[in-house]
Amino acid sequence: MSGPSGATPVIDARDVRVTLGASTILRGVDLTVATGEVVALLGANGSGKSTLVRSLVGILPLAGGSVRLLGSPLGNGVPWQRVGYVPQRVSAQSGVPSTAREVVASGLLHGRRLRLPRDWREQADAALDMVGLRDRATDATSELSGGQQQRVLIARALARRPDLMILDEPVAGVDQPSQEAFAATMRRLVEEGLTVLVVLHELGALAPLVTRAVVLRHGKVVHDGAPPAASAAHGHAEHEHLHPHDPASTGPLPVQDLGLQQGGFTA
Amino acid sequence: MTLLDELGYMLTDPLMQRALVAALLVGLTAPIVGTYLVQRKLSLLGDGIGHVALTGVALGWLVGAGMGLVPQDALAIPGAVIAAVIGSVAIELVRERGQTSGDVALALLFYGGIAGGVLLIGIAGGSQANLMTYLFGSISTVTLADLVLTTVLAVIVLAVGLGLRAALFTVSQDEEFAIASGLPVRFLNIAIAVVAALTVTVAMRVVGLLLVSALMIVPVAVAQLVTRSFSRTMAVAAVVGVTVCVVGLSITYWYNWSPGATIVVLAILTYGLVAAIRPLVVRRRTPHDPHPDIPDDVQVAGTPRPHGTAATASAAGEDDPCSA
Repeated sequence: MSGPSGATPVIDARDVRVTLGASTILRGVDLTVATGEVVALLGANGSGKSTLVRSLVGILPLAGGSVRLLGSPLGNGVPWQRVGYVPQRVSAQSGVPSTAREVVASGLLHGRRLRLPRDWREQADAALDMVGLRDRATDATSELSGGQQQRVLIARALARRPDLMILDEPVAGVDQPSQEAFAATMRRLVEEGLTVLVVLHELGALAPLVTRAVVLRHGKVVHDGAPPAASAAHGHAEHEHLHPHDPASTGPLPVQDLGLQQGGFTA
Repeated sequence: MTLLDELGYMLTDPLMQRALVAALLVGLTAPIVGTYLVQRKLSLLGDGIGHVALTGVALGWLVGAGMGLVPQDALAIPGAVIAAVIGSVAIELVRERGQTSGDVALALLFYGGIAGGVLLIGIAGGSQANLMTYLFGSISTVTLADLVLTTVLAVIVLAVGLGLRAALFTVSQDEEFAIASGLPVRFLNIAIAVVAALTVTVAMRVVGLLLVSALMIVPVAVAQLVTRSFSRTMAVAAVVGVTVCVVGLSITYWYNWSPGATIVVLAILTYGLVAAIRPLVVRRRTPHDPHPDIPDDVQVAGTPRPHGTAATASAAGEDDPCSA
């Protein structure tokens, strides 16, 4: 993996505005991600996290502002083979069955490359191996568990060996061992120079990797800096509840000011 | 007279030869395109295009009559091709705008296509009976020129449908991921729509516009019963399509049945048969624990606790964890 040298940000979003129908979802979001960073995008439900990443990769049109990926404005000029996007898992299955290997192989196509390389099976299986699903390559995706389907989507993005990964809630509803396996894979890739922007509901197993947190609230950035300290797991003996009415609880991030009490990363 | 003699007569009959080639091409192309349509949950797109093509047939007839061409329907197939392509691109553009109105737009095209066809054929001096041959197929009237056009269209369909298979799969399977990969999504979507339109016009002479969609969808439904992969589904569907088309048409050489209806009924019978015998044939896979490495820590009152948690256990159901 060869990251861009110099100061060109991997993601450079300026004053991004997105409207869906009559409602404005993002109201002027600035986001810069530099090479090698692991940025967590946090926020309550409806704060615009998913909308932001979906507009960063061109799925949603911008109503205003600009996005540059790897130095190029959004469009055909972006080196898409260096970008890996992992959407939120959709439970609805398409009508025709497809194997894990077929789904992962679709990640080998990008930009103007409309046909698979000759060794697509090997490449797809290597990506499945990275998420621990090589032995399920010929299984239909509908036969896999939710966590395994999520790992297939991650393998699909990894298949093209990206320099930048943009993940939308990759561990939502995924069992603990799968989360830890995912975190281990990400750690290895980050050590090799991968840049990551990841939407999370809670930092969870990825906490040690995250170098910066960006918190959205009602479509605006309300925090951009140090990630919140990892709180002890609920099962832990000294696990402590941090409630908004508790003035004594002051972490690195003033949680009660961010409106994250509902299903946030503390309690 | 033996069966072999009968088959020999059938295969040396030039009319039957042309019809068999047309049936073969339709049986091959329709399920390949249909696989993409089923994957995109656009199973009824073929029907919509078929209805629009009827207006094209009548329009071709009107223009042909105006130009004094003989026969009057010389322009019917070109008219159908043009109308079907325009209609399919229109449906695709409406679908792209927003999922909600696509349903209504499809309905408008359905009814507008039929009504427009009936209206125009009357203005052109034809009768509704003239339209019947297009609605239900008239494979026995396939001319050499028809066959050449059908072959050219089928080659285009196969070249796009198979040549761009990976890209069309990607865009049909997860359109948003295709956008985030920088793929030319609109081009690929329109490619599928145009190929579907060409398939409809190819199949028009064999099974008729009203039954075109069945040949695109039913073989795929049969294949889905026995396959787990997309590529295998497409291959099996094509084999089923070719088989029912050739066998169905051959049957009508001896029985005076409608070829289109025979082919479609044969396809549906195949579906029923495969669905019925599938449980007997498919090896029952032993149910396996997808996560054997995860300890089962869910405890149900009145059942023995799983291994590994016994140390913390007293009699289940007696100690309330909340009162501790």
